[in-house]
Amino acid sequence: MSGRDVVLGRVRRALGGPSAPPTTYDTDIDRGYLREHGERTVAQTVELLAENLADYRAVVHRCTHTDDELGLLVMRLLAERGARTVLVPPALPAHWLSSAGPTRVHDQAVSTARQLDRVDSVVTGCAVAIAETGTIVLDGSADQGRRRITLVPDHHICVVRVPDQVVSSVPQALSRLDPTRPLTWISGPSATSDIELDRVEGVHGPRTLEVVLVSEG
Amino acid sequence: MSGTFVGMPAFPKAAHEAVRNTTLRDNLRHATHTIRDKRARAVAELEDWERLREAGRRIKDHTLRHLDRYLVQLEESVTAAGGTVHWAADADEANRIVTRLVAETGESEVVKVKSMATQEIGLNEALEAAGMRAYETDLAELIVQLGHDRPSHILVPAIHRNRGEIRDIFRAQMGSWGRPAPDGLSDTPAELAEAARLHLREKFLRAKVGVSGANFMVAQTGTLVVVESEGNGRMCLTLPETLISVVGIEKIVPRWQDLEVFLQTLPRSSTAERMNPYTSMWTGTADTDGPRTFHLVLLDNGRTDALADEVGRQALRCIRCSACLNVCPVYERAGGHAYGSVYPGPIGAILSPQLRGTASEIDASLPYASSLCGACYEVCPVAIDIPEVLVHLRERVVQGGEVTRNGVKVRLRPARGHAAERAAMRATRWAFTHPGVLAGGQRLASRTRRFHPRSAPGPGRAWTATRDLPRVPAEPFRDWWRRTDGGKAGTGKGGAK
Ligand code: SF4
Repeated sequence: MSGRDVVLGRVRRALGGPSAPPTTYDTDIDRGYLREHGERTVAQTVELLAENLADYRAVVHRCTHTDDELGLLVMRLLAERGARTVLVPPALPAHWLSSAGPTRVHDQAVSTARQLDRVDSVVTGCAVAIAETGTIVLDGSADQGRRRITLVPDHHICVVRVPDQVVSSVPQALSRLDPTRPLTWISGPSATSDIELDRVEGVHGPRTLEVVLVSEG
Repeated sequence: MSGTFVGMPAFPKAAHEAVRNTTLRDNLRHATHTIRDKRARAVAELEDWERLREAGRRIKDHTLRHLDRYLVQLEESVTAAGGTVHWAADADEANRIVTRLVAETGESEVVKVKSMATQEIGLNEALEAAGMRAYETDLAELIVQLGHDRPSHILVPAIHRNRGEIRDIFRAQMGSWGRPAPDGLSDTPAELAEAARLHLREKFLRAKVGVSGANFMVAQTGTLVVVESEGNGRMCLTLPETLISVVGIEKIVPRWQDLEVFLQTLPRSSTAERMNPYTSMWTGTADTDGPRTFHLVLLDNGRTDALADEVGRQALRCIRCSACLNVCPVYERAGGHAYGSVYPGPIGAILSPQLRGTASEIDASLPYASSLCGACYEVCPVAIDIPEVLVHLRERVVQGGEVTRNGVKVRLRPARGHAAERAAMRATRWAFTHPGVLAGGQRLASRTRRFHPRSAPGPGRAWTATRDLPRVPAEPFRDWWRRTDGGKAGTGKGGAK
């Protein structure tokens, strides 16, 4: 007998025979919990996102989409960091990075993790941001790239389009996301509390996370 | 359940040793008190907490009732997404599968994300026996591995170590595992974390094979979810060419939407955060992003035996948040090692005896490693009634009866006169002779009265009567304390070698 037959056989015996099709799913599960917590205007939701991001030690910046403000801001952040090289995903909108500044490095299929480790910073967009938890979610779209590019460099700048990409809650975020894509949920820089439960920011992921909230027009 | 702490002394003996170790006790008290207060605040932020808890309970119960269906559905969706599914009835089979899969890659090193399931089966030891090396990459697991130690907490496995001890371990051991600790390493948490970052980075960058567990598996989509803080999970799940995930069969949820419950309750219950720093979700393999080969090993190893027990099965709802450890007065004093298993604390006391049976002294004593105060139930985000299961398991130890072991129904003999009985007695006495432990117990004694063993039918009652089992409701603690000379009558034996 295969392991599969053994395990499934045991499950069925434990349940007193093969179980019925799970048609009672909807009635078994009580979804009486809230879709979001509290009532807020759109502007207040964006404000909450900024607060919660900062609470978990992400550095939050804001700008508008006009007059190349975003490109200049990103350039300034890279300069302040002293970045000489910056990783870019396959399709970062052109105006997010002005032409001056650090050397752009493109993530090639053949790039090794070691090569990425030599790059100073990475700039990406995101798929959705969650206000209640201060979370940004990446889904590997062309403005975000493969998971490894936001993991290996020590400095990540993530651009969030507000209010379009902002939702209030975890339930709202999940309903916007596509489970077939590789997803990374990020809430502040990496951290550990393994030493006497003292929180230390920055272990293996980027130790600095900067989030730029860019509003339309 | 193999690969666990063979030859472990029964609970009370190990607990006695822990209580004598003041460093351990101080570390534990500090840590558990800090986290329990934070958890309470994080939970209080959500006004619908009780509804989320109830939804979590129901999702898990529904899944368990249809587990065969959901397992098959999960297999189909993972396979359709490019993964390969393996089934392991027990620890040996799981270890054989993983060892073979690693061997097929031609590699002899793997990087590991903290995973209870792989600890439970003793995977590192199995790989070592096959000439392969497994590197733990979670900071706490690294501390445990370098210190040739055992984990003592689900979430913070090195909770029993303070910063000075950690620095000493890093200085002494890092060099023989790879990059040595930096010169002049101090004991500040930031410097220790930096040392771990440097030590592990070279391993991540060259790793070809990653091994993980998972917090959730979605049957509908084939998605696996790993919740973490440090980024070592992302490293292991993203950089290697081959990923092998070993996951208990109870980790399934039916649908994508179900994650909306657990991604709210788990971080707040475990690390007391609104959200943990990183959560990774992947569905099979992606063309150019992440491992090109993905294996999922579905692990039974006693879980179906627990499933066969209609009272005990609720332990399979556990999402390993560790909230029950942090509020438990017995855990706080006894420490995680006393439980003799990778699952310590209240959840360990009900899970280990179900996964492994109650034949050994330690497993027979575990259901008694509690004062039934009920704090664990109150904080559990999937509402596992741990006191109810404890009492149920006590009855089983005492009275014997029909249980399922390795998928086969067997009749357990009553513990009367056996080593198991004595171990159980000692555990009970231990719990009741530590005033702090009992204070917790008395706080809620009236509320949990129905759980106490004196309500056990027939044989249980006879046994407790003749064995002088200290029963909280039957005899006020102070009377009992006086009568037994401060409990000394009962504890001497438990502490003996
Ligand atoms: S039993 Fe409940 S509280 Fe304890 S670890 Fe499991 S889910 Fe958390």
